[in-house]
Amino acid sequence: MIPTEYYIFLGSGLFTIGVIGVLTRRNVLIILMSIELILNAVNINLVALSQYFRSVDGQVFAIFVITDAAAEAAVGLGLIIALFRNKETVNADEIDLLKW
Amino acid sequence: MLNFIWLIPVFPLLGAAIQLLFGRRLSNQAVSTVSVGLPGLSFLWALGCFAQFLGLPESYHHVFLKPLYTWLPAGAFHLSNGSLGNLIVNVGMQLDPLSCVMVLVVTGVGFLIHVYSIGYMAHEGGYYRFFGYLNLFMFSMLVLVLADNYLMMFVGWEGVGLCSYLLIGFYFLRKSASDAGKKAFIVNRIGDAGFLLGVMLMVVTFGTLDFQHITEAARGGSFPVGSGVITTICILLFIGATGKSAQIPLYVWLPDAMEGPTPVSALIHAATMVTAGVYMVARSNALFSLSPTALALVAGIGAATAIFAASIGLVQNDIKRVLAYSTVSQLGYMFLACGVGAFTAGIFHLMTHAFFKALLFLGSGSVIHALSGEQDMRKMGALKSKIPTTCWTMVIAAAAISGLPPFAGFFSKDEILWQSFAGPYGHNKLLWTIGWITAGLTAFYMSRLIFMTFWGESHVPHDVEHHIHESPRPMLIPLVTLAVLSTVGGFIGWPKSLWGGEWFRKFLEPVFEGNPIVPPQGYGPGIEYFLMGLSVVTAIVGISVAYRMYVQRPELSNRVAAAAGAAYNLLLRKYYVDEIYDALFVHRVKNLGSVLAAFDLGVVDGGVNGVGWATRMSAELSRLWDTWIIDGLVNVLAFIVKLMSWPARILQTGLVQNYAWFITLGVLVFMFYYMLH
Repeated sequence: MIPTEYYIFLGSGLFTIGVIGVLTRRNVLIILMSIELILNAVNINLVALSQYFRSVDGQVFAIFVITDAAAEAAVGLGLIIALFRNKETVNADEIDLLKW
Repeated sequence: MLNFIWLIPVFPLLGAAIQLLFGRRLSNQAVSTVSVGLPGLSFLWALGCFAQFLGLPESYHHVFLKPLYTWLPAGAFHLSNGSLGNLIVNVGMQLDPLSCVMVLVVTGVGFLIHVYSIGYMAHEGGYYRFFGYLNLFMFSMLVLVLADNYLMMFVGWEGVGLCSYLLIGFYFLRKSASDAGKKAFIVNRIGDAGFLLGVMLMVVTFGTLDFQHITEAARGGSFPVGSGVITTICILLFIGATGKSAQIPLYVWLPDAMEGPTPVSALIHAATMVTAGVYMVARSNALFSLSPTALALVAGIGAATAIFAASIGLVQNDIKRVLAYSTVSQLGYMFLACGVGAFTAGIFHLMTHAFFKALLFLGSGSVIHALSGEQDMRKMGALKSKIPTTCWTMVIAAAAISGLPPFAGFFSKDEILWQSFAGPYGHNKLLWTIGWITAGLTAFYMSRLIFMTFWGESHVPHDVEHHIHESPRPMLIPLVTLAVLSTVGGFIGWPKSLWGGEWFRKFLEPVFEGNPIVPPQGYGPGIEYFLMGLSVVTAIVGISVAYRMYVQRPELSNRVAAAAGAAYNLLLRKYYVDEIYDALFVHRVKNLGSVLAAFDLGVVDGGVNGVGWATRMSAELSRLWDTWIIDGLVNVLAFIVKLMSWPARILQTGLVQNYAWFITLGVLVFMFYYMLH
């Protein structure tokens, strides 16, 4: 049986990759994908710790997160399309309408 | 017809309205049909009224009154004698023998002159405008003579003044014409002021303005002969008459009025309008008869004007100016007649003068027409055979004005001379002497005009000479008609001493009887025959002198002029009256105007501009205070806030990834903080 620490390390690694993607990539589509990475890192942690604590709560919660991720992806892609229609760009650093 | 007597002035008014509103779009044919036809209709209507008037029963006392409506119900007020008066002014018509004569003369002569104008004005611009004004003049003049009260008479009086102004300035592009129009208008205004003051004084004295009531009051005996207020009224009215009828000192406008078209000179400035003053004095005969002072003034001014203007007429070279001074002189005769109490003789002369002076003017117009606009008699001569009709009709008119029997002027002028010699107010023989000398002068200058124009050698330039032609038929018919009237027109006043019926005097008698009578000075018929013969001889002498000087020995006139030197120049320059008036009044008034204009520009406008400037300056100050102090304070506050908000502001980049960085870093900071503890 694989020790729980390994899952934690995998989760931490995925999370870090996701965060760095969100912070550094310019394409909003890539940023959306990085957010998916972060959510899935959380899912791995939830499932691993659920097995470690002998409780199904974590696994139930993971299913909620997956649902949430699907919804979030749908809304996010809609936003990106609306954005592209108005600004003809999907680069995050070109969108600064809320600047002071 | 009498009940519709108001149609007499309304016909020409209709014509004027048509011409002045639509005339521009009408053809010349239509214009002349309407504008000559309507005065003609008016003349026919006047004849009808006249015939009916003669048939009125005795109970009408020779006056037909037709009140139309109440114009000014002025209400009650106190008269100058303390009693209560109630002034009501009607618009109404009055037909009595005096206005009969005037209406027939105005419509008859006026109609003939309208016919003449068809030919004379045919090639002029503003054809419809000319006839519109002429019709308007007819209307005003008829209102003047048909009015039954002084105020309505004044309306007509002002109306004819306006038309006179418009028609003198008819060729308004010529500066001399528009100046002459203004001169006539302004000089007339001076007289009109006198008339108006007289009317006002009558209101407070009599409490009415109706001719009938005033005449009754004056003859009723409540005012003594020589009463001060009556004398004042008469003198004020006479001032009005001197303006309109061109007497000293207000005669200066009439010679200049010759700038207008010749039919206008004939109609307005010879036959009708200028006689309005005589008519007004005759109409006020009851008042004047109460004031020997005013009568003496009228007679004196009349006689002085007669000889003064005649002497100027001796040397003038412009054919129309000779006639203009002659008109002034003849009007002087009429006033002389009124002044010696012989109102009938004055009106008689007014009527005959309307015939022969209109004829003279129309004839001179025909001469001018033939010579393509030449008015200088020195450039005429020997026109007798070229324009015979014009020539012989003018000879008849000249004979009439010179007082040769049996032409019309003989009867009327002789009546005036006889009355000034023997009439009730013939105070001294000076008036008669002046009149007698003037008669000689008249014969001389009229013959001079005729001889210089029609006899002698031709001085017409060659390029004009072969254009000379007799005038068209519409111009000749009035000439011939007026020539007939100038010949037989005097017969209606054939004097008793020559076994005549004196029909004219008897006809007018109802208007003038009832005045306080000063018995005529008793002179026998012998002296009347003697004076009559004397004036005929004088006229013949005047004519023969002119014949000798201008036909037999033309060089003689220049020798006489050279010998008389200073006197000749004085006459030629019209006694320098225009220059004296310019220096005494015109320039003074102009200077006063300049001073007032300077005051207006400097003080009145300056004050307004100064207030404007002060307002602008205070607004500028207010603006500066607002921009620099009020706005400045607000801006400084805002600037401070802006400065202090700078560190916070730079955090808000608007880029979503920056915010994600802040969140991440914040989380990391907290994480390290708790891990280190």
